Amino acid sequence: MAAPQPINVDSLNIYYGDFLAVEDVTVQIEPRSVTALIGPSGCGKSTFLRTLNRMHEVIPGAYAEGTVEIDGENIYHPKVDPVNVRRRVGMVFQKANPFPTMSIRDNVLAGVKLNNRRISKKDADELVETSLKGANLWEEVKDRLDKPGMGLSGGQQQRLCIARTIAVRPEVVLMDEPCSALDPISTLAIEDLIHELKESYTIVIVTHNMQQASRVSDRTGFFNIAGTGKPGHLIEFDDTQKMFTNPENKQTEDYISGRFG
Amino acid sequence: MSTTDAAEESSSSASTLRRGGRRFGDSLFSVLSIGSGLLIFLTLAAVAIFLTNESVPALLASEELAGFLSNAEPDFSLISYTAPYIFGTILAAALALAMAIPVSLGIALFISHYAPRRMAAGLGYMIDLLAAVPSVVYGLWGGIWLVPKLEPLYTLLNETLGTFPTWPGFVPWVGGEPVVALFAGDPTAPMNNLASASIVLAVMVLPIITAVSREVFLQTPRLQEEAALALGATRFEVVKTVVLPFGRSGVVAASMLGLGRALGETMAVLMILAPGATFSFHILEVGRHQSIAANIASRQAEASGVDMSLLIFTGLVLFVLTFIINAIARWIVARSGVKS
Amino acid sequence: MSTTTSPESTAQAVRPTDERRLPILHLIAMGAVALVLAAVILAVLGTLSVAGVLILGYVLHLVLAYVYSRIREGRRWAADRVMSLAVIGAFAIAMFPLLSLLWEVVIRGGARVVAASPTPFAFWTSDMSGIIGGADAGGVLHATIGTLLITLWASIISIPVGLFTAIFLVEYADTGWRRTLGKGVTFLIDVMTGIPSIVAGLFGLALFLTFMPADDQSMRMGIMGSVALSLLMIPTVVRSSEEMLRLVPMDLREAAYALGVPKWLTIVRVVLRTAIAGLTTGVTLAIARVIGETAPLLLTVGMVTGINWNMFDGRMATLPTFINQQYRSGSATCLNEQVTNPINGEVYACSVSTNIDRAWAAALTLIIIVMVLNVVARLISHYFSPKTGR
Repeated sequence: MAAPQPINVDSLNIYYGDFLAVEDVTVQIEPRSVTALIGPSGCGKSTFLRTLNRMHEVIPGAYAEGTVEIDGENIYHPKVDPVNVRRRVGMVFQKANPFPTMSIRDNVLAGVKLNNRRISKKDADELVETSLKGANLWEEVKDRLDKPGMGLSGGQQQRLCIARTIAVRPEVVLMDEPCSALDPISTLAIEDLIHELKESYTIVIVTHNMQQASRVSDRTGFFNIAGTGKPGHLIEFDDTQKMFTNPENKQTEDYISGRFG
Repeated sequence: MSTTDAAEESSSSASTLRRGGRRFGDSLFSVLSIGSGLLIFLTLAAVAIFLTNESVPALLASEELAGFLSNAEPDFSLISYTAPYIFGTILAAALALAMAIPVSLGIALFISHYAPRRMAAGLGYMIDLLAAVPSVVYGLWGGIWLVPKLEPLYTLLNETLGTFPTWPGFVPWVGGEPVVALFAGDPTAPMNNLASASIVLAVMVLPIITAVSREVFLQTPRLQEEAALALGATRFEVVKTVVLPFGRSGVVAASMLGLGRALGETMAVLMILAPGATFSFHILEVGRHQSIAANIASRQAEASGVDMSLLIFTGLVLFVLTFIINAIARWIVARSGVKS
Repeated sequence: MSTTTSPESTAQAVRPTDERRLPILHLIAMGAVALVLAAVILAVLGTLSVAGVLILGYVLHLVLAYVYSRIREGRRWAADRVMSLAVIGAFAIAMFPLLSLLWEVVIRGGARVVAASPTPFAFWTSDMSGIIGGADAGGVLHATIGTLLITLWASIISIPVGLFTAIFLVEYADTGWRRTLGKGVTFLIDVMTGIPSIVAGLFGLALFLTFMPADDQSMRMGIMGSVALSLLMIPTVVRSSEEMLRLVPMDLREAAYALGVPKWLTIVRVVLRTAIAGLTTGVTLAIARVIGETAPLLLTVGMVTGINWNMFDGRMATLPTFINQQYRSGSATCLNEQVTNPINGEVYACSVSTNIDRAWAAALTLIIIVMVLNVVARLISHYFSPKTGR
C-alpha cells in the first residue's frame, strides 16, 4: 500500500432527519497519529466520529452532506459502498460489545467469519495471536480462547473489541469514549495500547476526559454548541500541546480550564 | 454466497471503495422481507375477497334460496337465517365472559400480588398449560364428563331462581317467545344447553384474560404501592386503591380479547350444544341456541352451492364481528401502553 | 395471644408490625371447622359429596373468616382476609378444570391405549381401515400422520413468511414508506391474530374452491388445511419473532457493521444467531398451538379411515377431527359379541363404548404431542440462550 494519506473532511453537515446536528466541519486528520475530539455532552463529537466510517447513517433518518476523503477517495460519493468503508475504518464503541454467542477466538475472527470468508486454521491462529497481542490481551486469555467473550472483565472485553477491530486490518481506528465505562487500571491499559497502535494505525478518539486527551493524543479538536437545539461546531483544531497550554479560542480556554462542560 | 463474497473481497482490497451494484445478499434480503410484509397485506385482502366472493351467490339469491337450509322456513331471508346465530354467539360469549372475568382477575391478582415471588412463575406456567390444551379436548371433556355433573346445579337453579315470579324481562319481545329469565324454562337431560357451552368457553378464555391482566397488574408503579403500604393500608386496600385503578383499561382490553376468542370458538359449542335457532334467553333449555362458528362446522359437510355461500356469508359476519371487537381491544391496549 | 382479654384491647395491645396478625394456625383451624361443618350440613340434607363439601366448605370458610377476623382485628383487616381467600379460590377454580381434564384424559385415554384391543399400544400403530360398528379395535396412526404432515406444511409456509415479516418490521421498517408499510403490517398482524379459526377454514376452502372446476366442489386435500392453519400460525410466529429480534441489542448490530459486515450477513450471523433460542421457542409454541386446531380442518381436509401421505390428493385424517368424529359417533350398537373386519377378515370383540374410548385415547395422543412441544420449547429457551460464561 502506498504511503498513508491524511483524512480530509470538507464542509461536512450532519443531520438526524430534519435536525442539523453538526455544521460545516472542515479538518485534516494526520495519518499514523492520535487525534482526540473533546467537548461538552451533546456537542456532536461522537456524531462526527461516526460519519468517518459511515456508521452515522445506521440510525434511522440520519445522513451527512459534504466530503470525507480517505486515501484521496470521497467516502460519501454515491457509488461508494459503506460496507467497504467500514472494512477500512474500524470502530471501538463506548460500551464493550463482544458477540455473546461467540468464544474469545471467534470474537477476534468475527470480521472474517461474519463475512463468510474462508481462512485456514493456521492463518486463523496466527491472526488471533497477532491481534490479541496487538491489543495487549494475549497473555491474559491465551489459555481460554474457547471460553465465551462475555466472560471477561469490562476492560478485557474492551481490549477484545480492539483486537476484533484490528483483526480486519483497517487503516483507521475510531474510538468512541472507549474508557468511559472502565476502572482506572483498565483505562491505563487501553491508553498504553493506544500509544502502541498509532505506530500502524490512524486513531481518532472521542473522550470526555481532558487528561486522557492530553495524555494520548497528538492533535486535539474541540467541539461546542451555542445552545440546545443548535448545531455543533468544530471550534478549534490544533496540536494537543498548544490546545492545552495556549488555545486561540476563548471557548476552548474556558472549557479546558474547567469553566463549563 | 461464500463464493460471491470471496470474489467481492478481492475487488474491495483494491484501492477503490466503490462497486457497481448493490450486494446480492442485501438485495435478496430486503426483497424477501419487504415481500413478506406485502404478503401479509395480500393475505388479508385475499381473506376478505374470497369470503365476499364466495358469499355473493347467497347475497344475490337471498329471495329464492333453494338449498336444504332454506326449506325449513317459509319466509326465508339472509337476515332471518343469520340473526339467531348472531344472537346465540353473542349470548354464549357474554355468559362466558361474565364467568371468566372475575375468576381471571382473581388469578391475575393472586399471581401478581398474593403468591410468593418464587411460586409466581410456576403458577403462571400452570395457567399457560390451560391455554395449551386443544379446544377439541375441552369439547370432549365438557361433553362427556362435565355436562352430567352440572345437572343437579341446573335443576337447583331452575327450581329456585327460574321460578322467581318478578324476574325482570330486560329485553323485549325479540322473536320466538317472550323473554323472562335466564334460568327459567324446561331443562331436560342431557344438559347440552347454552349454559354448559358457556362454562367450557369460560375455561378457554380464562388464560387470555389472565395473561393480559397479570401483565398490567405487574406494571403497577412500585412506589405507589409502597406508599400505600407505608400509610398502613392492608393488601386489599392497596389492590383496591392503587392496582385496580391503574389496571382498569388493561383489564377492559383483556376482556375484549377474551370476547373475541369466545365469539370465534367453534369446538366447545359444536361438541356440547344441542343446536336450535331461537332468540330464547332460557340458557338452561336444550335445543334453543347455536353459534355462527358451530353452525358452519356442523352444516358444512352436507352444504354445497348456494348453501355453502350462505355459510360463508355467516362466516364473513363473524369475521367482521370479531374484527370490530379486536380492533377496539387493540386500541385500548395501545392507548394504555400495555404490552399484551 | 391471651383469650381472656376483650377483642378490642387485644387488637390494640398486640400490634405486631407484620400485617398478618392472626396466627396462621387459627386460619387453618377455621378452614377445618368450615369443612367439617359443610360435611355435617350436607350429610343432614342427604347430599354428601366431595365436591359439595369443598364448595360449601369454601363458602363457609369465607363467612367464618370474615366474622372471626372482624371480631379480632376489625373491619379493614376482615375485608383483606376475605379478599385473600377469594383470590386463592379463583386460582383453585381455574386449576380444577385443568387437573380434572388431564386426569380424565390420562385415565380414560391411557386405559384404551394400553388395552389389549387387539394388542397393547396397537392404538398407535394401526388405522381405522375396516373398523366398523362396535369393533373394539382401530387406532390413530393415520390421524397422527395426517396431523404431523399438515402441521409440517403449515410450518413450511408460516415460518419463512413469519420470520421475514418480523425481520422486515425490526430491521427494515425504519424510515419513509417502509415505516408506513411496517405500521400497516403490525396492524394487520393484530387483525390476523383475531381471525376465528373457523373463518380461517372457510378461507382455505374458498381459496381452493375458486380455482376448482364447478363439478369438483367437494374436493378436499391436506394442503388446503395447511393453508388455513398458516393463516392462524403466521401472526403468532411474527409476534414472537419480532419480540425476540427487538431484544437483540443495537450494540451488536453496530459492532458487526463496524467490522464491515453487510446488513444481510449481520442479520443472519449476528441478529438471528443471538436470538435463535427465543425464535425456536416461539416457533415451537406456535406449532403447539395450531397442531390442536380442529375447526379449519373439519372444513378443509375431511376424514378418511386409512393413511394418506399425499398432501395434494384426497382427504386426510387428523387427530383433532378424529376426536370430534369419534365423539359425535357416540355409543355403538352391539348386535353380536364379535365384529369382523371386512378388509382383512380379523375378528374383534364388540364394545358399546368403543367410539368414546377411541376419542379419549386420541385426545391423550394429541395432548402428549402438544405437551412434548411445550416442554421442548421450554428446554430450548433454557439451554440454548446465549451464555454469559460467568
